[in-house]
Amino acid sequence: MIEPDTSPESTEPIIEMRKIRKIYGSGNTEVRALDGVDFRIEPGQFVSVMGPSGSGKSTCMNIVGCLDTPSSGAYLFCGLDVARYDKNQLALLRRNYLGFVFQSFNLIARTTALENVELPLIYKGVKPAERRLRAMKALASVGIADRADHAPSELSGGQQQRVAIARALVSEPTLLLADEPTGNLDTETTADVLHLLQQLNHEHDLTIVMVTHEPEVAVHTRRVLYFVDGKLVDDGPPSEVIP
Amino acid sequence: MRLADTFQMAFLAIARNKIRSFLTALGIIIGVGSVIAMVHVGQAATQSVTENISSMGSNLLIVSPARARRGPGGVRITSPPFTIDDVETLEHEIRGILVAPEINTNQSLVYANVNHNASILGTTNDYFEIRNYQLDRGRYFEPEEIERSATVCIIGSTVNDTMFGRSDPLGNNLRVGRTSCEVVGILQAKGASFGRDLDDVVVMPTGTVQSRILGNMDVRSIQISALQDGTTARIKAEIEELLRDRRGGSGREDDFFVRDMQEVADTLEGTTRTLTMLLGAIAAISLLVGGIGIMNIMLVSVTERTREIGIRIAIGAQVKDVMIQFLVEAVALSCLGGLLGVGVGIAGTHFATQAMDLPFVLSMDTILIGFGFSAFVGVVFGFFPARKAANLNPIEALRHE
Repeated sequence: MIEPDTSPESTEPIIEMRKIRKIYGSGNTEVRALDGVDFRIEPGQFVSVMGPSGSGKSTCMNIVGCLDTPSSGAYLFCGLDVARYDKNQLALLRRNYLGFVFQSFNLIARTTALENVELPLIYKGVKPAERRLRAMKALASVGIADRADHAPSELSGGQQQRVAIARALVSEPTLLLADEPTGNLDTETTADVLHLLQQLNHEHDLTIVMVTHEPEVAVHTRRVLYFVDGKLVDDGPPSEVIP
Repeated sequence: MRLADTFQMAFLAIARNKIRSFLTALGIIIGVGSVIAMVHVGQAATQSVTENISSMGSNLLIVSPARARRGPGGVRITSPPFTIDDVETLEHEIRGILVAPEINTNQSLVYANVNHNASILGTTNDYFEIRNYQLDRGRYFEPEEIERSATVCIIGSTVNDTMFGRSDPLGNNLRVGRTSCEVVGILQAKGASFGRDLDDVVVMPTGTVQSRILGNMDVRSIQISALQDGTTARIKAEIEELLRDRRGGSGREDDFFVRDMQEVADTLEGTTRTLTMLLGAIAAISLLVGGIGIMNIMLVSVTERTREIGIRIAIGAQVKDVMIQFLVEAVALSCLGGLLGVGVGIAGTHFATQAMDLPFVLSMDTILIGFGFSAFVGVVFGFFPARKAANLNPIEALRHE
């Protein structure tokens, strides 16, 4: 069992960014979405990423989530330098080690909750019987097993986000990435979802990185990375970073 | 990813949009259906031509006068008919053949209160052997009857049925034109050839038709059968040489021609085969158009499902997973269309052959080629949309509304 927030020296970090740059365009139209970013995230941490829009936090998340590659710099994911991985290698990384939760839930329409949760396992080649079992377990762990046969359109926002979290958890990822997971939810469900994420972090030592622009959401995490103009300007507990 | 899951995913996607899937596959259904129907009808026509010609008699040669031409100053030049003398000379001079004159006309037949128009044929007994007629009942002509142009006739089964119904025609007198003829024989049914009923015929001795019905001694054509297979080309040359001598020397253009029915059969068969290919090719174009329809809808589907594809890629679908999913979807669509097309093609063949009075024969090769083509079209036209889907950038795809 790895304790949350263990000291950096004792274990290998899950994420280590070294001088990451992401540049779009060239010459006069060059845009530096990320301009030399360095940080590490240790196993078991619950980190929020904040910043105004256009600050580079989304670009950073895409690189952390292996959806995109940096223009320069090194990105060590569990010690592997994945910055130069090709599409297929990145897809395998996402499939085996990452779970995604999106602001707009991104469940596949006209497909039941259970089938949505099964999807990552389908791409992993897990057999149907085992798949079903694991998907049901994941749905149960987010408290929504009774909605397994419902299509996303028949579920409330909070329920959809729970299904999405179950889908992210079903392949037992090393890292859970959440992109404004509460952005489309009301206050009450926001609290529910945040509580669920905290619980996963506490009870299962799941490392979570969450993008948010709401300080009241960020305070539920232990560490805040604050971006401005493609640079990491602040890094610390919410109480220090959030004014 | 397991193959079974890929297929399930593709079929679910097809089932989710039933009407659209059907309309997309419709192009393939029509394409495969028309390829199968066209080729089958062509094959049936070829078969029917072959059967028609062989039913006329084997090793058959037909000698007729050349058709009327326009001479100098636009004068019509008609070729003189043959005579009985020509027929007899051929019979004596060329070995290994059967020869019979043929004099054709149409006359009304009357028996009791029945009236019917049939073709009248003046010839000799050899004609029956040359043209493969078998006697059903009665007898052939006596040599003496031919000699003296007796008023006797042998009738085909259609004439028998229409004129006599259930009563026995043998020994009864049938009025042909203004001549009364005793029925001495009935021929076995032969069926139709090139749309002509071969049994709607009254056969009489050559002289009887010439003198009593037509009132001239012309012989319209000469029917010849080579007794040995493979000798028709030689015999044709001999006939030509002989008739050239008899009809005014070798200096001028021949005023007659000899048709070798084997040659005609080969030519016709070749023609129908070419036509079959042509029809099949035209039908294949509609298959191509069907393929473009599939590509079109698959591209629309990829655009429509951009976000879904983005989700799949984000949660770990590899390039090949997405590629195969869309390719299988396109191939499954076109194969479903192909299957339905096979049904449509078989039904179409059935109706077309019935309407054209052709034999209904299905060839497994044609069906398999038609179906195989549909699968091929699915792969070819599914490839581009599938590649487009597989190469989507997940970040942009997820942002797609």
